[in-house]
Amino acid sequence: MAEVAISIRNVSKSFGSLRVLKEISFDIPKSQVFAFIGPSGAGKSTLVRALNGLEGIDAGEILVEGVSVHDRRTDINRLRTNIGFVSQSFNLYPHLDVLGNVTLAPVHVKRQGQEEARERALAILGSLGLADKARSFPQQLSGGQQQRVAIARAMAMDPHMILFDEPTSALDPELIKEVLDAIRQLASTGMTMVVVTHEMSFAREICERIVFMNQGSVLEITPPQEFFSNPKTERAREFLGKILHH
Amino acid sequence: MYIMNWGVIAQNLPLFLRGALLTLKISLLALVLSIPIGAFAGLCRVSRNRVISFLAACYVEFFRGVPLLVLLMWIFFVLGRILRLGSYWSAIAGLAIFSGAFVAEIVRAGIEAIPKGQMEAARSSGMTYVQAMKLVVLPQALRKVLPPLASQFIILIKDSSLVSVISVVDLTLIGKNLVATTFRSIEVWSFIAVIYFCMTFSLSKFIAFFERQSVRE
Ligand SMILES: Nc1ncnc2c1ncn2[C@@H]1O[C@H](COP(=O)(O)OP(=O)(O)O)[C@@H](O)[C@H]1O
Ligand SMILES: [Mg+2]
Repeated sequence: MAEVAISIRNVSKSFGSLRVLKEISFDIPKSQVFAFIGPSGAGKSTLVRALNGLEGIDAGEILVEGVSVHDRRTDINRLRTNIGFVSQSFNLYPHLDVLGNVTLAPVHVKRQGQEEARERALAILGSLGLADKARSFPQQLSGGQQQRVAIARAMAMDPHMILFDEPTSALDPELIKEVLDAIRQLASTGMTMVVVTHEMSFAREICERIVFMNQGSVLEITPPQEFFSNPKTERAREFLGKILHH
Repeated sequence: MYIMNWGVIAQNLPLFLRGALLTLKISLLALVLSIPIGAFAGLCRVSRNRVISFLAACYVEFFRGVPLLVLLMWIFFVLGRILRLGSYWSAIAGLAIFSGAFVAEIVRAGIEAIPKGQMEAARSSGMTYVQAMKLVVLPQALRKVLPPLASQFIILIKDSSLVSVISVVDLTLIGKNLVATTFRSIEVWSFIAVIYFCMTFSLSKFIAFFERQSVRE
């Protein structure tokens, strides 16, 4: 059996009286790509943000490489250096240029030297087609470029896995492809990834498993060919019907 | 009928100048002292620790709720006596503590104006709360805080006229004393109003100029 990267065990969470995650359990093996899909409000963001401790949980446990994320004794900052996170809204640092964005955490968290961090950043930016943008500020970039910088920023920490929360939702349609290409490129390196997405053909193409969520529950975890041709649950069929006929 | 005599102004120009300089000096010192006070209180205010945040809120609300005049009296007659501050330092302490409450709100607003995603992105990359504040949030908040801080200086220049009640010889007290000896109240108070206006107006123009510069950047 493949090594487990992320283990989610009986995880529940509520916001007030609203149960957002209901006893969720499954494992994500190393070097695999899992796509979380489902209607809005299903709890996809909450779950993916719980994986690096951005959200707390009420019950259960999440283990990342065997380390309990929500255990008080865990050094969460150290654990997070292994978990890249890319959100819908890029969140680049506007007061720093692209190079500054990409090198900030390697220098201050990993204690890399400026020069070493710079070289590494330039190599990553180059691989994402952003070599000429190193000295630009985020405001000067298109949404697609900003999101690729955000991916570069995550990669610069040499994480063992990267979490994406709807990485293309905020982008104009013509900019989506360049970001998906970057994620695809990462997948091909064997990076463990969780991708919350509404891009069905992309999910079908790159992921090992579709995790279909609805109202805080995981209804199915299925290989994509199977999920798209023959979903197990009625709810998934309905969801696909809506999304594919638009 | 009252006959104007502006000679009183011309004869006492050095006196007015001294008063205006003292007003500027007290206001500036109070501002400089209120910045660390306010920055500290503002940071406590946004702290996730409820107790710390509550204590900072108490400081802010209390000093925003007490009239400056009363605060100056209290500091001069109570704290000032105990600590042997004298009127000059009592005035500066009073203004600084008072202004600190407003600076705290400026700092809090500056930090809260930075989107939550910035702190999240920084924490996601493994930074501690303090690192994320220092490297990501505060550098951005600083730009938002500078213009209202400059306005706070203008407010201090005006509010500082109250220190005359604890016998600090600022521009206002110079005016009072001159009127008491010359009875030229119209001339003296008109001139003093104009001096205050010139100080605050030129300062606000100066600030507006810098704001335009930084927008252009
Ligand atoms: N901070 C929060 N406070 C209260 N409710 C929240 C919060 N974040 C999310 N929710 C609610 O939790 C549910 C799941 O949200 P989310 O995980 O963002 O869903 P998804 O990403 O699948 O659209 C939604 O009903 C949402 O309104
Ligand atoms: Mg979401």
